[in-house]
Amino acid sequence: MMKLDYQELGLKVGLEIHRQLDTKKLFSRVPSELVDDVDFTFQRRLRPTMSELGEIDQAALEEFKKGRTFVYEGNFKLSDLVYMDEEPPHLPDREALEVALQIAYLLNAIPVDEVHFMRKIVIDGSNVSGFQRTAIIAMNGKVRTPWGDVGIPTICLEEDAARIVERKDKKVIYRIDRLGIPLIEIATTPDIHHPEQAKVVAKFIGDALRATRKVKRGLGTIRQDLNVSIKGGARIEIKGVQELDMIPIIIEREVIRQINLLKIRDELRKRGVKEEELREEFYDVTDIFQNTSSKIIAGAIKKGGKVLAIKLPKFRGLIGFEIQPGRRLGTEMADRAKKYVKGIFHIDELPNYGISQEEVDAVSEKLNLGEEDAFVLVAAKEETAKKALREVLQRAEEALYGVPEETRRALPDGNTQYMRPLPGKARMYPETDIPPILLTQELKEKILTNLPELPQQRAERIVKQYKLDKSLAQTLVDEEKDELFEELVKLGVKPSIVASTLVGLLKGLKSEVPVENITENHIREAFKLLAQNKIAKEAFEEIFKELALHPEKSALQVAEEKGLTLLSEEEVEKIIEEIVQQNIEVVKAKGMGAMGLIMGRAMAKLRGKADGKLVNQIVRKKIQELSS
Amino acid sequence: MRKIEQFMKEKNLNIGDYVEVVEKENDHHIAYRGLVMPPYELSEGDTLTLKLDNGYNIGILVDQIVEIRILEKAKPKEVKEFKEIIQKKENLPDVTILGTGGTIASKIDYKTGAVHPAFTAEELALAVPEIFEIANITPKMILNIFSEDMKPEYWVKIAHEVAKALNNGEEGVVVGHGTDTMGYTAAALSFMLKDLGKPVILVGSQRSSDRPSSDAAMNLICSVRMATADFGEVSVVMHGETGDTYCLAHRGTKVRKMHTSRRDAFRSINDIPIAKIWLDGRIEFLRGDYRKRQESEVWVDDKIEEKVALVKVFPGMNSEIIDFFVDKGYKGIVLEGTGLGHTPTYIINSIKRATEEGVAVCMTSQCLNGRVNLYVYSTGRKLLKAGVIPCEDMLPETAYVKLMWVLGHTKDLKEVKKLMLTNFAGEITPYTKYNVY
Repeated sequence: MMKLDYQELGLKVGLEIHRQLDTKKLFSRVPSELVDDVDFTFQRRLRPTMSELGEIDQAALEEFKKGRTFVYEGNFKLSDLVYMDEEPPHLPDREALEVALQIAYLLNAIPVDEVHFMRKIVIDGSNVSGFQRTAIIAMNGKVRTPWGDVGIPTICLEEDAARIVERKDKKVIYRIDRLGIPLIEIATTPDIHHPEQAKVVAKFIGDALRATRKVKRGLGTIRQDLNVSIKGGARIEIKGVQELDMIPIIIEREVIRQINLLKIRDELRKRGVKEEELREEFYDVTDIFQNTSSKIIAGAIKKGGKVLAIKLPKFRGLIGFEIQPGRRLGTEMADRAKKYVKGIFHIDELPNYGISQEEVDAVSEKLNLGEEDAFVLVAAKEETAKKALREVLQRAEEALYGVPEETRRALPDGNTQYMRPLPGKARMYPETDIPPILLTQELKEKILTNLPELPQQRAERIVKQYKLDKSLAQTLVDEEKDELFEELVKLGVKPSIVASTLVGLLKGLKSEVPVENITENHIREAFKLLAQNKIAKEAFEEIFKELALHPEKSALQVAEEKGLTLLSEEEVEKIIEEIVQQNIEVVKAKGMGAMGLIMGRAMAKLRGKADGKLVNQIVRKKIQELSS
Repeated sequence: MRKIEQFMKEKNLNIGDYVEVVEKENDHHIAYRGLVMPPYELSEGDTLTLKLDNGYNIGILVDQIVEIRILEKAKPKEVKEFKEIIQKKENLPDVTILGTGGTIASKIDYKTGAVHPAFTAEELALAVPEIFEIANITPKMILNIFSEDMKPEYWVKIAHEVAKALNNGEEGVVVGHGTDTMGYTAAALSFMLKDLGKPVILVGSQRSSDRPSSDAAMNLICSVRMATADFGEVSVVMHGETGDTYCLAHRGTKVRKMHTSRRDAFRSINDIPIAKIWLDGRIEFLRGDYRKRQESEVWVDDKIEEKVALVKVFPGMNSEIIDFFVDKGYKGIVLEGTGLGHTPTYIINSIKRATEEGVAVCMTSQCLNGRVNLYVYSTGRKLLKAGVIPCEDMLPETAYVKLMWVLGHTKDLKEVKKLMLTNFAGEITPYTKYNVY
């Protein structure tokens, strides 16, 4: 991989982090839980609103005229009128507001004096009302990093959108359970100049969020977006970055992509390509492929489709030019065309995929291709093929100017893929159903004096307070198990046992059973059994395995089914008494010398049902009683 | 004067000025840039509202502002004139839309966030273009009041405007109305518009028209369709369910707002709706007993007695409530009785006194659904003996409006009773159907 001088390249990165708060919904006292039960649906349309000057967002109006309807899935228990847009919003959730303020202070930001909720127009249906409610809670925050400070201009509290269930031609289905869950939105200035710096900033922000213990955990609860640009390139918004460790990789790959797109631009300029040379001329080359061995093309023709080609003058070699590991300009063209067709074929990758050299030559001849010219072809219904090729042409045109501004999706390997054009400027107006909220000095002081520990401080405290190994404590905090840890220790279980179970045992089972099915409640139950001496800690493994497979069971139920429950002290004593009586002669003769024999017989009977230590104690006591 | 108003005056600040504000909070100095926004109507007035460059508003405590500089004075607002009339299409029917207040469509000033009503023909054509494909629309603003401020004298005004438009050759009239008291106005128009042969449609919206999800546009589209239909009555047209699938046309005397906020708040009570109006334009009549469109000159029978009260009966009710209205010279009282139409027995004497003094006392039920019957229990029989007029299955609000109108014509209690029990506009159904509840 090339060595990159980020300063020279003028790398600029900004982060935008969204995280769900674990409180009630923002404007209604509905628990913010996701449910799969759908009890009812309703159907709506969203109409673009007119501006003061009579303007209507034309794109939005076109969408509306197409008659797109939105179907919303609701649940009797967890859906309410506010989030069906059938009732005015209630006042914002107090807890969410306070958590947002905590986060603001942890990020060195200054809360605004008065919070004004706004309506941000969103008419893709993901908000039933047609707008998202959002407000600035604090401004002017700051993250210190070894590369320099990074600003946090705004911290917002807003509503999450509905979950998309299915997108059909004229209908989009959403589930409204997620709608209205409070989201904290933290944006940084584009003052990040190194990929590693971005990770440090994201980690710091993530730590502050987690410190509150009031953020949701798990898939989909955190969304990290990156804004990346280099000098001469363009701002690219990258969505859906899940893991912290991927951030530097994604940034690096985006930088490489932009560098390569600029190289392609320079080469196209050198070759003297003009925009007007990229003409929308479709060549029907279906006859060339009548006997093709390309399954895709043959299949499309059989279904009544056509094979259409366009000419991309002087693009030869550049469509196949690698811009990210494994991705070419051709891949970007294919991503754009994806709305209409599964894939495209371009000359730089042919012959391949069942397309022969003869067929390539025949197409080249028909299009009258020069040495530097390229073609792209698509097999589909004629209109669909044309639409797909128009997208390809559009992307080719943009290649003349370098990097097109767009929103891209992060791929698991660190590459990115086209998602949609950059969103336009937000259209906002005040949410007049909610009065402005004055943040009183009293409230601010209350929050400020009760700020939660940051995870780092917490790990250090755990080491000291519980005499735990440093790395174990760090893992507990990193995996957000520290809160549960402290709760379980309070039950009276040894800290080292709690920690090793939470961090070691459960992780160890991952390869055997679906451990994600084990809930905190399961774990709590199991530890309660241990604390009450109803099970031995050796029983954990079997209990958790079974719970992972049958999460509907309780820990006690599993322990009983599997015969893992311990006998009570009286029961143990009774059994040992029996054994002693059966061997009374030996005991009387040998005294403490009979210890080994009795222990052996007792353990044979009690293994897994009583703690060895306890057995030992009782055996010793019994023998002593008889031999004294 | 609130603190913010004082401050704006002192600093010569105008709404829309682009400013830089420096605030001192504890030990920090913070600078903000943005547009000065109008102070919130109901706030204490201690903060300056600023619209930041990113579009968000925030409030800054005036007391903490240490510096404010105007970077750019507000430019005179770009005012766009919208045409009152747009070109008519020959093949389309003519429909007048009368505005009484509230907003059928809204314009949003995205620069300041202010929301204004859109009501000229051109604005409506931009906001709800579909209605101009159904009819030639002439909008006319006749009142500008909140629905809760509606008065009987306004009913008369609306009725005359409706009659004027219809007699001018309009195929139908749509009346935009706030939803709170729309049912009362619908009843009033039902009684006052005589020899009506064309549709008079009342319409409103439950969810504000400045939101993309508003029910306003669809309600309006369905209303205009109903206003061009083969129909000749007063009707309320609103959403039929929570989804944007169809509207229902309810008879003006049988409709009531039954929910504070839902789109389908309006329901026909003791009756079924007249028609379903689907989004695709289909009108599905749900019954046959409605008046069809007919040639006639409509006229307004606007004689009204305003001294009428609508009184809800409740446990522990004191008879002085009845006495009060009698002493104040009221000519009629509509009681919203309990159950089949009862009051506490201990106020019956006051009711008797009222009727003896010539005050018409009518009985409806706070159950809303079902019919009053004063023969079943002794209390009812005593109320009848005291001269109470049982109003069959009439809605209390409809009975209230009707009594005003009846008393506008006669004060003779015998005559009043006869008229109250005569069905003029579908307000009384002859027998109680099973499927209306």
